[in-house]
Amino acid sequence: MTTITTSQTTPSTLWSTIQKIRSSYLWRRLAKALFSIWLVATITFFVIRAMPGNAVDILIQELTAQGMSAEDAKNQAAALMNIDLDQPLAGQYLDYLGNTLRGDLGHSYKSAGLSVTDMIVQVLPWTLFSVGLALLITFVVGIALGTIMAYKRDTWIDHLLSNVAATLDAISPYLIGLLAILLLGLTWKLVPIMDMRGAMSPGIKPGFTLEFLTDVFRHVRVLLLVYVLSSIGSWMLQMKSNTVATLGEDYVTVARARGLTDGRILTAYVGRNATLPLFTRLAISVGFVVGGSVLLETLFTYRGIGFLLARSISERDYPVMQGVFLIITISVVFANLLADYVYGWLDPRVHIMGEEN
Amino acid sequence: MHTFHDFITSFWRESLKTFKIMSRNKMGLFGFIMTLLIILISFIGPLLWPPETSANVAQINKGSSPEHWLGTDFQGQDNLRKIINGGRDIVTIALVTGVLSMLIAVVVGSFSAFIGGRVDSILMEFVNIWLTIPKFPLLAVLATVLALKDVVMLSVLMALLDWPALARQVRSQVLSLKSREYIEAATMLDLGTPRIVFRELLPNMMSFIAISTIFEMTHAIYQQTGLVFLGIVPYSSANWGVMISAAERRGVLFNPQAAWSILAPMAAIVLFQLALVSFARSLDEVFNPRLRTGV
Repeated sequence: MTTITTSQTTPSTLWSTIQKIRSSYLWRRLAKALFSIWLVATITFFVIRAMPGNAVDILIQELTAQGMSAEDAKNQAAALMNIDLDQPLAGQYLDYLGNTLRGDLGHSYKSAGLSVTDMIVQVLPWTLFSVGLALLITFVVGIALGTIMAYKRDTWIDHLLSNVAATLDAISPYLIGLLAILLLGLTWKLVPIMDMRGAMSPGIKPGFTLEFLTDVFRHVRVLLLVYVLSSIGSWMLQMKSNTVATLGEDYVTVARARGLTDGRILTAYVGRNATLPLFTRLAISVGFVVGGSVLLETLFTYRGIGFLLARSISERDYPVMQGVFLIITISVVFANLLADYVYGWLDPRVHIMGEEN
Repeated sequence: MHTFHDFITSFWRESLKTFKIMSRNKMGLFGFIMTLLIILISFIGPLLWPPETSANVAQINKGSSPEHWLGTDFQGQDNLRKIINGGRDIVTIALVTGVLSMLIAVVVGSFSAFIGGRVDSILMEFVNIWLTIPKFPLLAVLATVLALKDVVMLSVLMALLDWPALARQVRSQVLSLKSREYIEAATMLDLGTPRIVFRELLPNMMSFIAISTIFEMTHAIYQQTGLVFLGIVPYSSANWGVMISAAERRGVLFNPQAAWSILAPMAAIVLFQLALVSFARSLDEVFNPRLRTGV
């Protein structure tokens, strides 16, 4: 009742737009995603600019130590970070937000003159490709194995897979990566780790040629394997417990009683309902895998965005560090948003109830 | 004070009972004993076997031998002795991060659940937004800029970044417990909030709290080794993470002779994490009778 009276008493279009946004699941999720990006942008700005001993001060100190005058160093730092240091902090903050919105993330301090945006555009596709493919493989294989474990409960295959999954789940991705190099590259000599550095071999032209695609795959395969191994354990265990729970539901018993085939029960009744909750985990997994990419891309010298972040950290290249971190966050937030939309589309109850729970 | 004392005694009694149930699960018992052993060795071991101070050029990158069970590293120092001395940092980080983040989570989560209303929804909205931010890159950037020097400060930073996810779980636990009959009965009998919290609510959440703390501990270990690998945490003291990345930097990965130097600290970390996780999983079985097998 109240909503009706408000919309009648305030006929302004702006107000009704706001009401529409508030009531729409899709718009509310988008607003939240934008808010988290703003939050991260703000945190990075204040950490890099406003805290005592912050990055800009260190940058100026380093530049003066290299023999620049104090004034020149300040101008140089301001030019690199794309801010006007003579302005009050609030003004600098607004400038920074404006520049970021325009896609201008400043310039690298160590790789002279390169714009941070250009550096990111070069490496981002490789990370999106490898992480995306890894997530897809993990999701599909994890669900398949989890279902097998649930159907073969308390047999040797379940015990074996459960223990493997629990072990993989407990070991950090970085250690799995080291082990992969040690075993595959050194002990068993299955893959030439040294030749696999980079995202593709030098001299190969990108394009839809067989040569290019096989080369890309050759470079990414061990990284993919490590991504999959490091996150598949939790998917398997989760899927197993979901499937076991679903198998006990009344509607499955009824479906059996109706004489439906096992295949139909698996796909139409058990599989769908057991997989659904996993979509919410997909969002968490994106952040986890991307976080792991910082270590794994560095370990395998795979030139993606995680590699760039690690390098900018070790070189203390603050403009690059700030920009790359922001882009990583934006990618993860939007991946989350996408996962939420997919979930909302698969399970319409989410729309109707909104996010009250 | 009386209720607090009751809480401690009941906690002790529960712990004894827990140990009895746990000893039925072999993996869990292994995890529990292993965890205790690693903590003991890490803190007492360095007193008995202090770190070597000089390099031994004659013994560089050797494999296992009767004198050096786990081989020697690129400086010719004994790997086993380095591992005994390198556990303290890791255990400290795990314990401080795990306990501190859980403490914040319990306070904020139960506060949120008890207050309800607008405060609750704003807090949870914040937590949900926080969860979408990738934590490890954020931790790496913050640790770089803040240039933390000691292990405890690093743990505090990790705890500050990690508590929101735990707080959301605590909140939903408290909400579900709050509507249980025995808590409602206690509320109606007007037993007082401290008594309800310490006698009824917390003991029933102990399993959940213990398990989440342990998982947070393994997470902290993972993050710490990652930060060492990226060169953010300084090489001030020897620990397992430092041993791994020092060996990696020395090209040990391409020298089959030196594999012991990287495998030994990796094994130590994996063993500690596995011990913690199987301990946690058995706790789950202890507190959740429906999961018990072979009883």
